Amino acid sequence: MSLTDAIEIVGHTDPGMVRSHNEDSIANDTKSGLAILADGMGGYNAGEVASGMATTVLMTELQSALTQHAPFQPDPEGGAEAGTYAARMLREQIAKANHSIYSASQSQPQYSGMGTTLVMAVFYDNKMTVAHIGDSRLYRMRDNQFSQVTRDHSLLQEQIDSGMITPEEAKHSQNKNLVTRALGIDPTVEPEIHDYETRPGDIYLLCSDGLSDMVPDEEIGLTLETLGGNLNLAAQQLVQMANDNGGRDNVSVLLIKIHKEYPAAKGLFGKFLGWFK
Amino acid sequence: MAKLILSMDGLVLKEISLTKERTTIGRKPHNDIQIDNLAVSGEHAVIVTILNDSFLEDLGSTNGTLVNGQPIKKHFLQPNDVIELGKYKLKYINEAPKAAGAADFEKTMVLRPGQMPKAAPPPPAPAAPKADGDMTQKSPGAPAAPAPSGPMTTPAPAAPVRQGAIQLLSGGNAGKELILTKALTTLGKPGVQVAVITRRPQGFFITHVEGATFPLVNGKALDAQAHPLNDHDMIELAGTKMEFFYK
Repeated sequence: MSLTDAIEIVGHTDPGMVRSHNEDSIANDTKSGLAILADGMGGYNAGEVASGMATTVLMTELQSALTQHAPFQPDPEGGAEAGTYAARMLREQIAKANHSIYSASQSQPQYSGMGTTLVMAVFYDNKMTVAHIGDSRLYRMRDNQFSQVTRDHSLLQEQIDSGMITPEEAKHSQNKNLVTRALGIDPTVEPEIHDYETRPGDIYLLCSDGLSDMVPDEEIGLTLETLGGNLNLAAQQLVQMANDNGGRDNVSVLLIKIHKEYPAAKGLFGKFLGWFK
Repeated sequence: MAKLILSMDGLVLKEISLTKERTTIGRKPHNDIQIDNLAVSGEHAVIVTILNDSFLEDLGSTNGTLVNGQPIKKHFLQPNDVIELGKYKLKYINEAPKAAGAADFEKTMVLRPGQMPKAAPPPPAPAAPKADGDMTQKSPGAPAAPAPSGPMTTPAPAAPVRQGAIQLLSGGNAGKELILTKALTTLGKPGVQVAVITRRPQGFFITHVEGATFPLVNGKALDAQAHPLNDHDMIELAGTKMEFFYK
C-alpha cells in the first residue's frame, strides 16, 4: 500500500494583510508521509531563515532516514518505554535542525537570536507521530468532532494550566505572542513527541498562530466539515478567513486527509509484495 | 504601561503606575497603595502584573472587593475595569502600545526561563497556597465586557451589512427559503455536485467544491475561482434552480 493512495496533503501559506514578509515556512511530501510547518521569529529576514532552515533540514534528513529504517519498528536503542523508530528519528533530526539554526545565529550577527516554532507529523502504518515546539498547532477532525491535539508551549498556556486565567479570558490576553520553547535559540531543545492512531476519514490541520489567533476554533471546524471534500479549497478558505478577520500575522495551513488505511508492509513477504507495487 | 486612577466620590486622588510585579492595596502604611479608611482592610488586595496583563486578587478582606459592581476573589483586569474598595474607586487603564510599536507587538517572541523568572512555572504568587481552594472560582463579571481597546481585540469579525438568502425555484422544495447565517453554507448533493456559499466582509461568494460539473450562475458555468454573488443572481446546481437575494 503506497502512502500516496492513502493520504492527501495540501498546504497553503500567505503573508497576511499586514506583514510584508512571510516568516512561516511549510513543506510536505506525500510519498514519505511528511508534513512540516514552522513559524519563524527574529529581526529583519532572520525569521524566514530560521523557519526555512527548519523545514528544509527536517524534510531532506527525514526523507533519507525513512528510506533507511522503517518508522513503525520499535526503537532499537531505547528501553522498554521507548516508542517507535519514528519518534527517535524525529528527535534526532529536530536536534540536528536546532543545531543548524543555533550555529547560524551564533556565527552570523544578522541572524542573532533567530528561532522558529515547529509542528510536524509523519504518517506510517495507520499511525502518525507528531512533534511540536512552541505555539504552532495540530488539530484533528474526526466524525465531525474538531479538537486540538497539541498543547502550546506558551506563557498563556502555562497561565491557563496553573489556573491563573480561564481559556475564555485567554482570548483577550495581550501575552499571546510569548512562546516558552523554540527551535534554534538554545544549544538544545526538548520537542514534545507523541504517537496517535489515524482512521480513514480523519482530517488533520497543522497551522501557525496566524490562523488560530485570527479564526475561532468553531469556524475552523465548520470549514473542515463543509469543505473536507475539497482539501485545496478548504486550505484556501482558512487562509482567506484569517485575512478577512484582519490577517495581522503570516498564516499557514497544512491539511492531511486519510482516505484509506495504510498498514505497513511487515515481514519478508510484505516487503517482497511492496517491491512490486 | 498599565495604571490605576484612585478616586472617591468622583474626585481623582492619585494616579498609580503598575510597575511592580506585586502592587498591594490596603489600609496599613506598608502597602504600595495605602487607603486610610476603616472600610479597607489592612491588607485588602493585590495586583499581580505580568508584562501587559494584570490580575487582581482579594486577600480575604472584611468588606470585599468589587470589579464593575461584582464581588470578586480573583480577576483578570480588562482596560477600564473599575475596582471598588468601600467608597474608593480604582480605574484600571491599560494603554494600547504605541502605534509605532504595534507592528512588532504581535511578533512571536521566545520567553526564556530565567529571563523573566516570575512567569516561569512554578506559577507566581497569585496562585499561592491560600488561593488553592479558589482556583475554580470564576469571577462572575469577568468576561462580560470584552476589552474595548488594545490591538488584540480590535478585529471584530466583520459581519456583512446585509443578510443574504437563497430561494429554491425548482425541485421538490420549490419556494423554500434558506437564510445564509453561517460563514459557510453548502449546497447540492454530496458525491454528485456540491458548491459552497461563503459570507465575507465584502459580500457573498459561491465556489465549486466537488463534482464533475460546475454550478451555473446566470446561465454561465463557474470556474474553480470564487464568484461574487449579486442580488437576484440565478444559481443552477445539481438540477435545481435557485435565486440569491439580499433580504
